[in-house]
Amino acid sequence: MNPVLKLLIEGGHLTLAQMAQVAGLSEAEINQHLEELRKEKIFLGWRPVLDLSRESAAAVRAVIEVKITPERGGGFNRLADRISRFDEVESCYLMSGGYDLLIFVMGPSLQKVAAFVSEKLSTIEGVLSTSTHFMLRSYKEGAFLIDAPAGASARLKVTP
Amino acid sequence: MDTKRFIARQVVDLPKSGIRDFFEIVSKMKDVISLGIGEPDFDTPWHIREAVIYAVEKGKTHYTSNLGLIELRRAICDYVAAHYGIGYGPEDEVIVTVGVSESIDLILRALINPGDKVLYHQPCYVSYHPSVALAHGVGLPVTTRADDGFALNAEDLERAWQPGCKALLMNLPCNPTGGTCDRARLEKIARFAVEKDLIVISDEIYSELVYDNAHVSIASLPGMRERTIFLHGFSKAFAMTGFRIGYACGPADLIEAMMKVHQYSMLCAPILSQEAALEALRRGEDDVKQMRDQYLRRRDLIVRRLNQAGLKCAAPGGAFYAFPSVAATGLGDRDFAYGLLEAERVAVVPGGAFGPDGRGFIRASFATGYDQIIEACERIDRYVQQLAGRRT
Repeated sequence: MNPVLKLLIEGGHLTLAQMAQVAGLSEAEINQHLEELRKEKIFLGWRPVLDLSRESAAAVRAVIEVKITPERGGGFNRLADRISRFDEVESCYLMSGGYDLLIFVMGPSLQKVAAFVSEKLSTIEGVLSTSTHFMLRSYKEGAFLIDAPAGASARLKVTP
Repeated sequence: MDTKRFIARQVVDLPKSGIRDFFEIVSKMKDVISLGIGEPDFDTPWHIREAVIYAVEKGKTHYTSNLGLIELRRAICDYVAAHYGIGYGPEDEVIVTVGVSESIDLILRALINPGDKVLYHQPCYVSYHPSVALAHGVGLPVTTRADDGFALNAEDLERAWQPGCKALLMNLPCNPTGGTCDRARLEKIARFAVEKDLIVISDEIYSELVYDNAHVSIASLPGMRERTIFLHGFSKAFAMTGFRIGYACGPADLIEAMMKVHQYSMLCAPILSQEAALEALRRGEDDVKQMRDQYLRRRDLIVRRLNQAGLKCAAPGGAFYAFPSVAATGLGDRDFAYGLLEAERVAVVPGGAFGPDGRGFIRASFATGYDQIIEACERIDRYVQQLAGRRT
């Protein structure tokens, strides 16, 4: 496996320089591996993990269950692609079960998100229904625990 | 009143731990990066911790059988059979103990008459010699060497052996050296044990953490099951040090003898730790693999950087310790470790803490994050260069 991919899957937060040290490669080689992963469309890019509830200009986030009509030849793909292209949509997944697409959206206010759903999303031809759930509070974000009480798990500094 | 005079001779005679005074200094310092820690930096996987919470809710707060929960003993036997190829019966060939440490104490107390001799290799875990002494035995240290990867050799055992020797205590992979033994060496050791009629006490606490060759247990070799006590636990592979839970497997007579001591001293291992261990065996394999993969990358990183810094260091075959020589710096291990702590705030353990053969080496644990290892190695590099500059 690509050594950089291994480190990325491990989920640490290493800088490129640190990755180079761990993998025993030069930074240029790390970049080369990243470039390969990018070409293979495995590595899509970096995104920060933020807890925006601490920021006064807090964003509103929602998950929306969407039922759509599959099409001959393309199944759900054309509509899913069309919906994914909206800037409000952070992620979009085809799901098994009671609905077809699950989309994660973000907007500056409840009104803006509501407007997106009523004016953009639900009016697309082929969208049969939407069910919107606003997120009230985040407890874990991108593998980071939020507001978890600090563990008293400190190890002793020297042990046999 | 002078209360010291009441203390038993074998306790008075115990040497002071070489780690304790070092710990006192380190614990008062700030901004220290510690490579001196003999336990995983990973927290116990959440599903194991959660299983303990559930066990408390279910009211599992009572004594268990002296030998341990039968479900756990069954799971241990299945695990040992699958991973080590040794078959033990859960009814009478396994005992669950408070860490491997208690198992070592039990088997030594069960075996030793005053003056009986016990071979153990060194450098070794700090408790080996004291445990033998506390059981009124006599320890016979066996040298292991850096140029041999700190493996244990039958020839060295032969040299150290004396009449009246009853047991061989060994720890492979080894804390502090990371030394391991391949099958060929183990076979020779096994032949030696049979020839000298020894019980082998095999502490295999690090056996999941091997990086180059598959681990072989001496108990799995022909004729060895009947004379080996196989010791293992959950601290290292499952990151469960604080749970204090381990076990011993062996011939029923020896387990029964250990149980006699255990029932009067400990009664049973804590039930919550036993529940945690059961969960670890049932659903913890993936955790072990993930942690081992990361230890491997850290090992390669730290070994490369220590060698670059001029501290000669072979890649340890197992465990999570690098054991480089500091001879090239012109300092002894203690002076090096204290100097490094003073100058660069990096804690490593002087090799002499693990026996006289550890002198001239330091133990650098890589059970810590990449960023810490990288920063610590940079500081070590700087310190070694500063020492070299001082000498020229």
